[in-house]
Amino acid sequence: MSFINYASREINCKIVYYGPGLCGKTTNLQFIYNKTAEESKGKMISLATETERTLFFDFLPLALGEIRGFKTRFHLYTVPGQVFYDASRKLILKGVDGVVFVADSQEERFDANIESMENLKDNLEEQGFDLEKIPFVIQYNKRDLPNVSSVEELSNLLNPRKVPELEGCATTGEGIFETLKAVAKLVLNNLKKGG
Amino acid sequence: MLGPQSSLVMYDEEYQRILTLLEKLLREANSKVIFLVDKNGQLIAATGETENLDTTSLASLTAGNIAATGGLAKLIGEKEFSILFHEGEKDNIHISIIGGRVILVVIFGQRSSLGLVRLRVKKASNELAVIFEDLVNKSEQEGSSSDAPSPFAEITDDDIDNLFN
Repeated sequence: MSFINYASREINCKIVYYGPGLCGKTTNLQFIYNKTAEESKGKMISLATETERTLFFDFLPLALGEIRGFKTRFHLYTVPGQVFYDASRKLILKGVDGVVFVADSQEERFDANIESMENLKDNLEEQGFDLEKIPFVIQYNKRDLPNVSSVEELSNLLNPRKVPELEGCATTGEGIFETLKAVAKLVLNNLKKGG
Repeated sequence: MLGPQSSLVMYDEEYQRILTLLEKLLREANSKVIFLVDKNGQLIAATGETENLDTTSLASLTAGNIAATGGLAKLIGEKEFSILFHEGEKDNIHISIIGGRVILVVIFGQRSSLGLVRLRVKKASNELAVIFEDLVNKSEQEGSSSDAPSPFAEITDDDIDNLFN
């Protein structure tokens, strides 16, 4: 959970990008990394296989500025999306403050999205979190591709709680900062309530 | 002990106590760098030759390392592996878990030895555990008293929007 440091006047929050394999979680972080000013970001770490598939996690520390005299730092993590890396995925959800689910809009990934969402729910429960309560946003990624399901269809299936949902294209950057902003907003509002 | 769900809150007084203790450990263990990390990967404090060190990355990788090792431990029926040691050509890293949630990392070179580090870490761990116990009690008390509202209670949507401008 969030770490509030009165000594250095900092708030640290952890946001995890979740979703099926190759849905664009790492690409989301890479875009944020490339578009963020040097002084606001730390080094991006990717623990990936030789074929650039995420093995354990990607990590990107961001310093967003001050709120009420407290520096706000967000630590962005991705999980490995491939099904067999489930043990690693569980570990990364430890102490999470907010979750972004990156859905792959392509029709052929419809089932993979559902499977990953179910997996997220189970793994959060195992860590003592409730997907119904945790700050949560959904990004429908790859909207630029030709064979995509409609947002309405995806929403009906993946978003019964009607959390904030955004359309994205992680390669061009469309919707990427909007997604981050949406989840950051929920996390900070949660902090406000003392969560 | 801190539960996995509770937010960690650090106050000036305890931060100073922790820093004093880490500095003492740094000297007594003849080590180069010491840092303290939350199990979720947040850096709590660091001391020693940290100028050329990416402490944020170190913190997150240490937490990942502890999490992965913890996963291994559970697979063979252990609760956790409370000490990890990585040996390099020149420098070594000694990692230990304190009070179930905080990770103490000691980086040392040839001026020290594993035995000395283990000995000093053991003593410092007990003292650190006491401080964290105090910290939990304090944040519980502050959290329940109504005359000390959270500084974030006043956050507005505009404040949050401003972060992204």
